[in-house]
Amino acid sequence: MGFPHSHDLEVGTILSRHFGDPKARELETWLGYGGYEGLKQAIGMEPGEITTVVKDSGLRGRGGAGFPTGLKWTFMPQEKKGPHFLCCNADESEPGAFKDREILRWVPHLLIEGCLIAARAIRAEHVYIYVRGEYFPFTSILNDAVVEAYEAGYIGKNILGSGWDCDLTVHIGAGAYIAGEETGLMSSLTGGRAEPKIKPPFPAQSGVFGMPTTVNNVETLAAVPMIVVNGSDWYRQWGTEKSPGTKLWCCSGHLVRPGNYELELGVPLKDVIYEVCGGVPDGKKVKAVIPGGSSTAMLTADELDVPSTYEGLQEAGSSLGTASPIVLNEDTNIVSAMRRIADFYAHESCGQCVQCREGTSWVAQILKRIEAGDGRLSDLDTLYDLCEQLTGRTICVLADSVVFPLRSSLDKFRNEYEALIGGRA
Amino acid sequence: MNQPASETIRLTIDGVEVTVPRGTTVLKAAERAGIVVPHYCYHPGIPSRPAQCRMCLVEIEGQPKLQPSCVMTAGEGMNVITQSEAAKEARRSVIEFLLLNHPVDCPICDAAGQCMLQDYAYETGQLESRFREAKLVLGRDRIADDILYFADRCILCTRCVRFMRDVAGEESLIVAQRGHKAYIDTFPGKDLDHEFRGNIVDVCPVGALVHEDFLFKARAWDMDTAPSICPGCSNGCNIEIGAKENQIVRLKPRYNADVNAYWMCDYGRKHLVMSNRGARIDLPLVRRNGELEAVHWGEALDWLADSLPSGDGVALISPFESTETIAAVRALLDSVGISGGTYRLERGGEAQLEGFPKLKLRAERAPNAAGAELFGFSETAALPGPMTGGLLLVAGDRLADAPSDFGADAGFFLYIGSHLSDAARNADAILPATTFAEMEGTFINHAGRIQRFQQALVPPGVARPAWMILRRLLAMRGVGQAVLEAKDAFAMAVEEAAELTGLEWAAIGLRGADAKLDGAPAPAAG
Repeated sequence: MGFPHSHDLEVGTILSRHFGDPKARELETWLGYGGYEGLKQAIGMEPGEITTVVKDSGLRGRGGAGFPTGLKWTFMPQEKKGPHFLCCNADESEPGAFKDREILRWVPHLLIEGCLIAARAIRAEHVYIYVRGEYFPFTSILNDAVVEAYEAGYIGKNILGSGWDCDLTVHIGAGAYIAGEETGLMSSLTGGRAEPKIKPPFPAQSGVFGMPTTVNNVETLAAVPMIVVNGSDWYRQWGTEKSPGTKLWCCSGHLVRPGNYELELGVPLKDVIYEVCGGVPDGKKVKAVIPGGSSTAMLTADELDVPSTYEGLQEAGSSLGTASPIVLNEDTNIVSAMRRIADFYAHESCGQCVQCREGTSWVAQILKRIEAGDGRLSDLDTLYDLCEQLTGRTICVLADSVVFPLRSSLDKFRNEYEALIGGRA
Repeated sequence: MNQPASETIRLTIDGVEVTVPRGTTVLKAAERAGIVVPHYCYHPGIPSRPAQCRMCLVEIEGQPKLQPSCVMTAGEGMNVITQSEAAKEARRSVIEFLLLNHPVDCPICDAAGQCMLQDYAYETGQLESRFREAKLVLGRDRIADDILYFADRCILCTRCVRFMRDVAGEESLIVAQRGHKAYIDTFPGKDLDHEFRGNIVDVCPVGALVHEDFLFKARAWDMDTAPSICPGCSNGCNIEIGAKENQIVRLKPRYNADVNAYWMCDYGRKHLVMSNRGARIDLPLVRRNGELEAVHWGEALDWLADSLPSGDGVALISPFESTETIAAVRALLDSVGISGGTYRLERGGEAQLEGFPKLKLRAERAPNAAGAELFGFSETAALPGPMTGGLLLVAGDRLADAPSDFGADAGFFLYIGSHLSDAARNADAILPATTFAEMEGTFINHAGRIQRFQQALVPPGVARPAWMILRRLLAMRGVGQAVLEAKDAFAMAVEEAAELTGLEWAAIGLRGADAKLDGAPAPAAG
């Protein structure tokens, strides 16, 4: 079942099957649902075998970038010279995304199991689940599950009598978007400011406490147990060659049925919006869709007939991101929507890189002025130029994140900007 | 470069081919090629390199994005272009961004003229701002007892934060807030009172951090500067004295890898600025009919050459005197048959700089106790006396704590110094000498390193370096040559002390050289 809505396009078999079922949070029920079978199998496998299965499944990172998960695991040193760490990134903070929250909330044991299997694959002895501070109600659900799993011998010393040890710690963040960036997350986890760090060194070389570390998203890790149980071909029955499997969607904005849906990758975006979510309320039209969370390029109503895959949305000039479409109806003021997005990124810039620190706030201020009716046509040139200055010059991609929606809004909705400016040069 | 081939790589930077050790960063390799890549957050003395100012971005052929040269390792065959259109445009935009909320208050900023933001802003030549919004005003803060923080001028390079963390070993500074509202602050509940905190002002590439005692004191272009040696303790930190209207207004550490790297302690800074104070001796004075009388140098020296007694006596010198002066005092004492002699040395608490252990505020609070020892003077806590006639020679010691009848029991009391205390007024002859800041000379530090300092100030009246006065007096008495230049006085000192054999004035240069002192560890040459 889906939660709170369901639709027949939903696959509903992997991540979200038990959403809405409070009993699934309890270990006993969860074991009855086949829980921890993947872990049992993984314990009988060599780390390399686990990685191979995940690699073959084509699972891609669900945190937004879509990097192949199995390949990421192979970056970890084959020979251990010290402890390895797995970080589960549960700092879900992209505006529009609310999928990891549902996993933490309904199926915490699925996440724990995925974490342990991944930890085994990368030879980690400790897992940190970094949960965003705002998720404290869901953190307590996760914490309860962790206690249960420890008591039942699924985490800790000599897991399931195998002789293999692995610990798991849940860490609560203090509320910074950029803690969701992997190096920022690790910095925050180890007591520093959530500030991204220049790479190299990559986390697999030097991560948490300077040791080899892999950072994976909640949804990615939650997909791992069933891939291990059922095999890579089973997972590939959904999706496309390059984007296999299913994906949790977070649909928000002007929709009849906003919410989470688990859909096969490749479903046309227009079907997600019109079929699954029932289109725009009150018979209004779609003006724009920000398909992958607020950091992705806007699509117009005419551009929605694209397959919802990593490659499909990239070809359409946007990005699947976290599969979190924000739908804006025909009454929406695009400049206001863009100003709101820019405010967010200006607020969340960590302040290290000059372009991002000063540029995101400058963009937000220009947009605010245009919105207030005090814009100039030259402001649009400045905004375009800022798109150049904020792209590809900083440690992390926060600055780029404001450029994607900004540039697309300028390209596609210039008339709205000009209408507010009223011809002042 | 004599390293094996595999240990070096060759690359091209702006068309200049350069060979560097493997592992060198592109920024350092560019330096080797004579090309300065503009940068803010990188500082050679601070280990961490966050690559966050984005000023040192350069184009590297074959790489899609501009790369921060401060952390990018130079690779074999790499073709780096620091002056490409993309790199120049990136730098221009960094400057534009930095100036958005900057108050552009250069006319009242103490860093003006020595500001990396000002320099690069001129270089990129953006005369008008595209920024139409109201500037963010953060104001200023007293970040330490003696240091002010102008948040609006701050470019958040975090050099100060990282100096405290990485070099001083104390996390007393933090970046507070984030994004464009970020600013530097002390860690909640912690004061910035570290003995080396003053260095945060030196590492600040702009005018955000200012020593309060330098605030509005001097424009950079109105200052005269001279390379010198800090006389605060026996570490011998290399410094630059900044003077305006013949007053010391600022001290900055001067790089010396073997002594103090880029740093100096706050005791040293304060100590020297204080040296502007006190009543100076600016004319020779001789006692006639019981009264001190101002006379010309010629007259004073003629009289002294005739009346200096021989045979019996004591001498007190100061470990603040130059090696050349100490050698000349020794020569004078030898010529009248007096051996030995003493110096008084103040001692205080020590403080080591964690990130550069060679730099330590040392207990011996004088720069040249080693030089005094070298020439046969020994440390004492007591003033000389009581005497039953004979010569009492005091050179440099200010006698501030001496009793009012000090020297009354001497047969002849000669005082050579810069400041006139009540006890010094008892002398039969008072010769006006320069302070170290008013002359050239050398000090020998705790590790036996001999280091030159240059003249920063004009001496008052007709005060002269004590070595010059004493060598003239000796020559008049038929001993040695009169000298007018420090290098000649130094050469005489070298002849008079076996431990200095082989040392040459020019070779000591501005970096110093090791004297062969007994028991003193010879610092590695570097």
